[in-house]
Amino acid sequence: MTAALSTRGLGKSFGSLVVAEGIDLTLPRGERYALIGPNGAGKTTLINLMTGVFPPDRGRIFLGDDEITTLAPETRVKRGLVRTFQINTLFPHLTALEAVTLAVCERRGVANVFWRRLPTFRDAIDEAQQVLVSLRLGDSGRRLTRELAYGQQRLLEIALALATRPSVLLLDEPAAGVPREESAELFDVIDGLSEDLTVLFIEHDMSLVFRFARRIIVMVGGQILMEGPPEEVAADPRVRDVYLGGARHA
Amino acid sequence: MLASQIAITALFALSLDLILGYAGIVSLGHAAFFGFGAYTAGILSKSGWGEPLTGLVLAAAAAGAVGYATSFVIARFRHLALIMITLGLGVLLHEAANQAHWLTGGADGLQGVRMWPLFGRLPFDLYGYTAYGYSLGVLFLLFLAVRRLTQSPLGLALRGIRENATRMPAIGAPSRAHIRKAYTMAAVIAGAAGALLAQTTETVALDVLSFQRSAELLVMLVLGGAGRLYGGLIGALVFMVARDRFSGINPQYWYFWIGALLVTVVLLLPNGLLGGLGRLLARRERAA
Repeated sequence: MTAALSTRGLGKSFGSLVVAEGIDLTLPRGERYALIGPNGAGKTTLINLMTGVFPPDRGRIFLGDDEITTLAPETRVKRGLVRTFQINTLFPHLTALEAVTLAVCERRGVANVFWRRLPTFRDAIDEAQQVLVSLRLGDSGRRLTRELAYGQQRLLEIALALATRPSVLLLDEPAAGVPREESAELFDVIDGLSEDLTVLFIEHDMSLVFRFARRIIVMVGGQILMEGPPEEVAADPRVRDVYLGGARHA
Repeated sequence: MLASQIAITALFALSLDLILGYAGIVSLGHAAFFGFGAYTAGILSKSGWGEPLTGLVLAAAAAGAVGYATSFVIARFRHLALIMITLGLGVLLHEAANQAHWLTGGADGLQGVRMWPLFGRLPFDLYGYTAYGYSLGVLFLLFLAVRRLTQSPLGLALRGIRENATRMPAIGAPSRAHIRKAYTMAAVIAGAAGALLAQTTETVALDVLSFQRSAELLVMLVLGGAGRLYGGLIGALVFMVARDRFSGINPQYWYFWIGALLVTVVLLLPNGLLGGLGRLLARRERAA
């Protein structure tokens, strides 16, 4: 079976600092992966490399069978590889519905139309509203993004990603800054996403990781330490060392 | 003539509002397109083609071509770098026009522009009635076009770029392509405004390309309120009338009062006159 997303020997350095090295990753279609590791392990850097924010110095990236190593970030999104951000990166003065409609219009290739009024694209607006409803934001569509509660803004991050209809969704600490009781709700929403969608999420809360991930990737010092099902990862002494301070990491 | 000057300036301000107010592209060299349009219309007329409407279209298209060519550079930069690049492009064109005396008349300006009657029937009269009607008509039509654009999916995409340019690629948006499109359209409109000035005054002075013209345009937009469509129109009206009145009161130091007006508006109404009006209406609505 073809992997949804894979990397071969991915590496990146900033000057003498190696932030990613020899990363071989294979994410099967429809799988739920957690990417864990201590601060500075290179988790966000890996997402940045895969989504084209930084060009890798070494290695190759594949989305399905297609190599995407040199594609622009927006082209990767159009091919189905989408991410969210650790810190809210939204459109403060657009309403939630406008923001998601924009993402829908971009996916449909109509965002460059300037001769027709937006309300005439009724199906795009309806689709955006459905995305908001699916993330329990249906009642907040008319509110400006900056006026939404923090947890709702985190959901809007995911809504923007889903509006692009991804095949692979990379979530960078989706529950960062969200109170513990709300973060479980947020992960319930993520858990309810389509089974066709491959999800990889970075998360520090191990209870959420072990509850929602089917497989876990552990990164340390810009390299993959191990990958496996939650029980195997939990039992691995190297992982225990990393989290209890027994390992040296960059 | 003041009324037609206001209409032309309002059209010019509208073009800057499209890129600054909607897409967040700060330009200090927008007069480059205004001037290019003015010289194109003027040179066409001097070369024997004085028909106003086709001259206007050709001048706007020529300015748009320059806008499209420069948009590839503009779309790559933001913030201070962008301001410096637009300023540099404006200065480059100004000096090129100054050097090309044989074509533009240099510092003496382009003389000998003679326009044919509008629609073959309405000559540009001494009182400026035809000029006013013509300028107002073009302003009205292009205002409708810009309003449609701002209400379109591209208008929403431009607001997205203004709000968060770095997020746009993550939703699959080719931001640079959107910016190139908007910048070219703004150049077309600025070129049309410049052509109107050349055609209605039947002369083109070198200052159509000056930095001061670009800076004054920014002042107008700040006065009226950027990103509000009508802000450029209101700002142009307030600026032109204030300039007329202040220069009448004190011909030497009238700019002092323009400065005072600008500082007052920015301090009291940071989103311009229209922004202040909007806030006042919202407050009254809440109180009711």
